[in-house]
Amino acid sequence: MEILVCVTRVPDTAENEIELNSAGNDIERDDLVYSVNEWDNYAVEEAIQIRDRVGGSVTVITVGDDESDEILRREMAMGADKGILLSDDAFEKADGQGIAAILKAAAAQGSYDLILTGAQSEGGAGEVGGMLAAMLDLPYASLVVSIEESGDNSVKVGREIEGGTIEMNEISLPCVLSIQTGINEPRYVGIRGIRKVANVDIPVQSISELGITDSDVSSSVKRLDYFVPDMGEGAEMLEGDDEEIIDKLIEMLKAKGGIK
Amino acid sequence: MQTTIISPANASFLGIPTVIFSILIPLIGLLVFTYIMAMRRVPLVNAAPDSRFDHASERFFNVLKIWLGQYRQPRYMVAGIVHIVIFFGFLILSIRATSLVIIGFSEDFALPGFSGTFGHLYNILKDYAATAVLIGCGIAAYRRAVVKPARYAVPAKYGKDHTAEALFVLALISILMISESCFDASLIAANLQQGLEGEYVAPLTLSWLFKSIFMAVPVAALQVMHVLSFYIHDLTFFFFLCFLPLGKHFHVITSIFNVYFMRLKRGNIKPVKYGVKDEDLDDLELFGVKKLEDFTWKHLLDFYSCADCGRCSDNCPANTVGRPLSPRFISIKGRDLIFKSYPILPVKKPAGPGKESEDLIGSIYNEDEIWSCTTCGACEQECPIGIEYIDKIVDLRRGMVDDGNVPQSLQKPLRALEKRGNPYGKMEKKRAAWIKDKEFAAECEVKVLEKGGTASTLYFVDSITSYDDRMMEIARSTAKLLDAMNLDFGVLGKTEKDSGNEVRRFGEEMLFQALREENSAAIEESGASEIVTADPHAYNCLKNEYNDLPPVSHISQTLLAKINSNELKLKPVTDSSKIYTYHDPCYLGRHNDLYDAPRDVLDSIQGLTRVEMEKNRDRAFCCGGGGLMLFYEPEEDQRMGVLRVEMAKEAGANVIVTACPFCLVNMEDAIKVAGLEGEMEAIDLAELVELHLA
Repeated sequence: MEILVCVTRVPDTAENEIELNSAGNDIERDDLVYSVNEWDNYAVEEAIQIRDRVGGSVTVITVGDDESDEILRREMAMGADKGILLSDDAFEKADGQGIAAILKAAAAQGSYDLILTGAQSEGGAGEVGGMLAAMLDLPYASLVVSIEESGDNSVKVGREIEGGTIEMNEISLPCVLSIQTGINEPRYVGIRGIRKVANVDIPVQSISELGITDSDVSSSVKRLDYFVPDMGEGAEMLEGDDEEIIDKLIEMLKAKGGIK
Repeated sequence: MQTTIISPANASFLGIPTVIFSILIPLIGLLVFTYIMAMRRVPLVNAAPDSRFDHASERFFNVLKIWLGQYRQPRYMVAGIVHIVIFFGFLILSIRATSLVIIGFSEDFALPGFSGTFGHLYNILKDYAATAVLIGCGIAAYRRAVVKPARYAVPAKYGKDHTAEALFVLALISILMISESCFDASLIAANLQQGLEGEYVAPLTLSWLFKSIFMAVPVAALQVMHVLSFYIHDLTFFFFLCFLPLGKHFHVITSIFNVYFMRLKRGNIKPVKYGVKDEDLDDLELFGVKKLEDFTWKHLLDFYSCADCGRCSDNCPANTVGRPLSPRFISIKGRDLIFKSYPILPVKKPAGPGKESEDLIGSIYNEDEIWSCTTCGACEQECPIGIEYIDKIVDLRRGMVDDGNVPQSLQKPLRALEKRGNPYGKMEKKRAAWIKDKEFAAECEVKVLEKGGTASTLYFVDSITSYDDRMMEIARSTAKLLDAMNLDFGVLGKTEKDSGNEVRRFGEEMLFQALREENSAAIEESGASEIVTADPHAYNCLKNEYNDLPPVSHISQTLLAKINSNELKLKPVTDSSKIYTYHDPCYLGRHNDLYDAPRDVLDSIQGLTRVEMEKNRDRAFCCGGGGLMLFYEPEEDQRMGVLRVEMAKEAGANVIVTACPFCLVNMEDAIKVAGLEGEMEAIDLAELVELHLA
């Protein structure tokens, strides 16, 4: 099976203290460390496992700058066969739709049976997977928590729906799936693994090589502001050290009948 | 000497001269034994290289002390004494057994030097030895069959009980002792009955007992007894010899070699592959141990040598709290796999290089088992014959890391270490934030050497003490102590990275080397001529695993030196109602033999009452492990720390003094879990001393 996994490089939430910049329209990006978007990492692991079961190859692709090379190599150290970096100054202003358009152009150049994206990335919009499927005119399932091969031209996918119930779907190939965390346990990538792929050639494609134009990627959504909402009625911040907060919380939960 | 009965060399049975058996039994026995040993050699030859041919005098000394001197045996008193008796009995009787084989075809044979008075004296000695060995076997059998010490039990998941094999071997040894004594006693009794001279028999020996009984037995019967007991001895002896390499009694042969080749240094981890330099590691095809043959030959020799005594697991904290790890079965399962992969009688194709062997993880070992080890070193400290576990565990972890097979709980801290140099993912620039505490900053100024500053003493803080709110107290106390000792000291600040002690021990060798490289450069830059740390893990790592650093001390050593030279004055104990006990951190004690300095520092506080826990010094019980172990989520019935806190309570203490931030984390948590808040407290040595600064 030929699998394309779309990945992106994001500030690592575990290793950063995220603060807003002074303009309030982005986070402070100095001194941040980046890594591959967590959901994407699960998608790559899933792709590798499918490939190991049925054969084929896994290609990881990202829209980014030179520094995005690092995450492609990390995913290749995991076991992806090939990396493609889509990089162009024109891409910098792309919104979700723009990213989907760039990925669509790249995906159309290959012949993939399965295209995976993470369910969402740092922004939390969760929009690229669905838009990419629409642009490619392919069937789509979101928030996928299991994939099984079933026959030559379809896969069975599980989706977690309300209340933890798993919904099973059969979906024909090729298709686009957005992957939820927890679908697997991504393998560890050590420094040794990364060094092994340090010199592998990663092709870079620009806007012209993809056969798209500025207007395809220009952003129609503009971010204005970030702010912490004002505290509303009924909200109460518990104060004190951890122990005190926990005690207060337990007391309140008991009082409101949350726990007995 | 004139005798009444015919010796095995001249006897005949149904017209066949028995001397034929005297020749055939040893001949076949030796041939079979040689063949078995040759087959047992094959896996060692196929194994990874190891470097154990250095330091001959030190190794020879180990043989004298640990093998011949049985130094570690009395740590378990009854079993130890029984073993010492059987061990020395064997050594003494090996001479007799050898000459007996030859007597089988040469009646009057005596080993050179054994024909005269010395021979008579030796006979008295060996009679007592045989008697003592038989008694030893009796006690051992009683223990095995009736007392059944818990450490010999085999949990169901590890297969069948091992008692039968143990009893079988004890029976073999007993047969050897009895038949040897009967052989002598029958001859002596017959001679005495005929009024001839008989060899002197020392009173209360087996031979003496048999002689007394045989005085009433007709000479004809004694003749049969004499020849029969000889051949029973001969057969049993060679059967036993060939049986040894088939099970746990292989240690009778291998232990001397195992002790000679045992690890000399502690606190260090073996290189990924002996003979490969650090800078060439990237070219290695294979990393760590994945298959049986990836172990070094010494590690396979360990498997051969394990005597199944259970002392390792009896002291293993992971085993004690019900984690899925028992060092004893790391060895037993390893040995069984060698025996299975390299059978004595090759059933299919002969074993050899390139043979397809199974992955160890998922077959004989499982992931949780290998991640469960805190590398506390209790097992290695205890093993009477120098079997190693930490290097094997780390090698298996290296293999798993190489395959990406790392628990999710450990992946995050490892990634954070790679990106931020600490397992918490905290910002580098916050590494020295602990010095900014207002109260502290007013009292004590700490130089941060990140921008080219220098100091003669470098305080290496390490990650947990730098970033954990509670452990920062240790950093501040340590800094105040260094200040009180008038040392010109500084910290590295953001250029300090995690020392990497656990990074290496969790198998991420390349990340460890990257951290070591960055720290080494920063330390060199600081111009320090000595390094002090209050974190035993950092102490161990900097001291044993970094190269060309200035001398490294633990704060307890620095304190003791200054107390002894009267440069540091402490006031009498502030609360004399407290009873203190010192908990040995593994990386200070077992790995670095630093047991006395922290105790001496405590004892220098006038009026301080200190008691010892039952498990102390090199038998101290691990708190639960440090570094990355704090992130690992083990399967276990209870926490090591809780057990340790209960041990402190049992000792009558109400303050546990540690000298390690990880111990403190675990102890403080454990006091809460054990519900002993208010009754028991934990404090770091540096904090306690700081409270007593005069």
